[in-house]
Amino acid sequence: MKLKWTSYPYIVWMIIFIVIPLVLILFFSITSGDVFKIGEFQFTLDNFKRFMNPTYLKVLGRSINLALKSTLICFLLGYPMAMIISREKIKKRNAMILLFILPMWMNFLLRTYAWLTLLGRNGLINYIIKKLGFAPLSLIYNDKAILLGMIYNFLPFMVLPIYSILIKIDKSLIEAAEDLGASKLEVFTKIIFPLSIPGIVSGFTMVFMPAVSTFVITSLLGGGKYMLIGNLVEQQFLWSGDWNFGSAISIVMMIFILISMGIMTKFDGDRKGGGLW
Amino acid sequence: MMKLKKIILILFTISIISLVFTGCKENRTVLNIYNWGDYIDPTVIEDFENEYGIKVNYSTFATNEDMYVKLKSGAGNYDIAFPSDYMIERMINEDMLYELDKNNIPNFKNIDERFTDLSFDPGNKYSVPYLWGTVGILYNKNVVKEKVNSWRILWDKKYKDEIIMLDSQRDSIGVALKKLGYSMNSRNIGELEKAKKELIRQKPLVYTYVIDEVKDLMVAEEADLAVVWSGDATAAIRDNKDLEYIIPKEGSNIWFDNIVIPKTSRNKKEAELFIDFMCRPDIAVRNTDYIGYSTANKEAIKKLPEDIKNSKVAYPSNEELDRCEIFKDPSDFITQYDIIWTEIKAEY
Repeated sequence: MKLKWTSYPYIVWMIIFIVIPLVLILFFSITSGDVFKIGEFQFTLDNFKRFMNPTYLKVLGRSINLALKSTLICFLLGYPMAMIISREKIKKRNAMILLFILPMWMNFLLRTYAWLTLLGRNGLINYIIKKLGFAPLSLIYNDKAILLGMIYNFLPFMVLPIYSILIKIDKSLIEAAEDLGASKLEVFTKIIFPLSIPGIVSGFTMVFMPAVSTFVITSLLGGGKYMLIGNLVEQQFLWSGDWNFGSAISIVMMIFILISMGIMTKFDGDRKGGGLW
Repeated sequence: MMKLKKIILILFTISIISLVFTGCKENRTVLNIYNWGDYIDPTVIEDFENEYGIKVNYSTFATNEDMYVKLKSGAGNYDIAFPSDYMIERMINEDMLYELDKNNIPNFKNIDERFTDLSFDPGNKYSVPYLWGTVGILYNKNVVKEKVNSWRILWDKKYKDEIIMLDSQRDSIGVALKKLGYSMNSRNIGELEKAKKELIRQKPLVYTYVIDEVKDLMVAEEADLAVVWSGDATAAIRDNKDLEYIIPKEGSNIWFDNIVIPKTSRNKKEAELFIDFMCRPDIAVRNTDYIGYSTANKEAIKKLPEDIKNSKVAYPSNEELDRCEIFKDPSDFITQYDIIWTEIKAEY
């Protein structure tokens, strides 16, 4: 492919901020020794071997488990939501989407912090429960709180791609199906759903990827009791100073996401656009 | 027309590249200071700038490791940094610090002799003590009626879901080691394994592992007992009089944050001027008052308000301090701590 010279600034940007960092991560992951003494490194696969320990695999397994759960719940909540919004008149529809995106303009960290004051032992929800005369619930610092945080933060990433596909579906197809005697359910299962698959696929990737690598939600709402893969990477870089192992975990993670994306795009047979990838 | 476009694009490309390599230039000497977040009275910096006509470029870090990496990679040309004890030991070993010229720091005489000439920097060749503190238990005396004097209480089933631990490998593993009667600097795998078992056994009782949030949680009475740094304890007690802080009888950790001049510095003279300024009693009082941690400046202590000066939390007795250990640099052994901490966290 011949590149147009207009793309040069973009290419320079990509090389500096995407390609070089990626190469560095890969390099760190297969070397050992002091990362600041470039001359003294040794190639090794020890970092990956260390990751094969049951403890780390357990952390990986739990991250995937939680991310899958949150993706699935986002889908179950988000698909009907996208359907409902997409059927409204343009003006109302735009207003609804705006309302939906509005909270995202606020900082992600702040929104997660807000849950702390809602779910806390003396938080708003427990305050009401206590006023009603019931015993307070433990709502925070468990895996359900993490799940809630993930769903709350990532739901728009599921709804938006599905929505943008749904509004693009050719109405005449639906009308034709109805004319030929298809019931409402059949129209959905045979026309609308299959046509919306590209949106679902990008929704899945958009939710799954940040969910599987999050570390902020886990430490804020999980109270540091649950270690996910993102926390493990953070720990290597900020606390242990083990860049090599941290990079190796990141590489494992990236390979894993690549594979899952590959599987997901399989479902997205003929691309008609609208997907985000 | 085409040519003009091309030129614009080339300029654009160059500007993107140069964005990466530019730094700022100014005529006044600029002192780059690298400190913990919220760890200085901001007006002190202004006063320093006005008094000496030196511009201060102030930035902050969150963990020692974070700072170490920045300095080691040579990014930033920092002139002043505030590492903790074990990190100073590591930086000295790796030849990252300038030796200080004490002639330029006459106010060093104000530093309490108890905190000079410590194991991590014998003779204070490289560092000047700034603030220090201990690790202990903060508890709510309305709920915890018994006498709290041992780490053991953190393993008491009575307080299930009422215990807050520090989300920090060395501190939490250190607590378990001390409870078992070992050194906090243990490099013995057997002892560490036992500490790991203790912490896993304790995990179902723990409400949460946090660092910065502990103050708010204890003030809001979300939990009864917490492992905290003494400075956080001082701040929490100020807001909630029902809280009390003790250093357990098994002993604990005492830590120091000292001021150093990293080898990345290009203005050693000015950096020493700044250190001397920070050692001035009136400045040390302002910083101590603002931050709430304990000052290492004996002249400043005399000038502190009575309630802080006599606070058992900020200024424990010598006898209590004798039970406390300073962290040593674990160097490569940090991997063992990391593995153990991950195993504790992965358990549930």
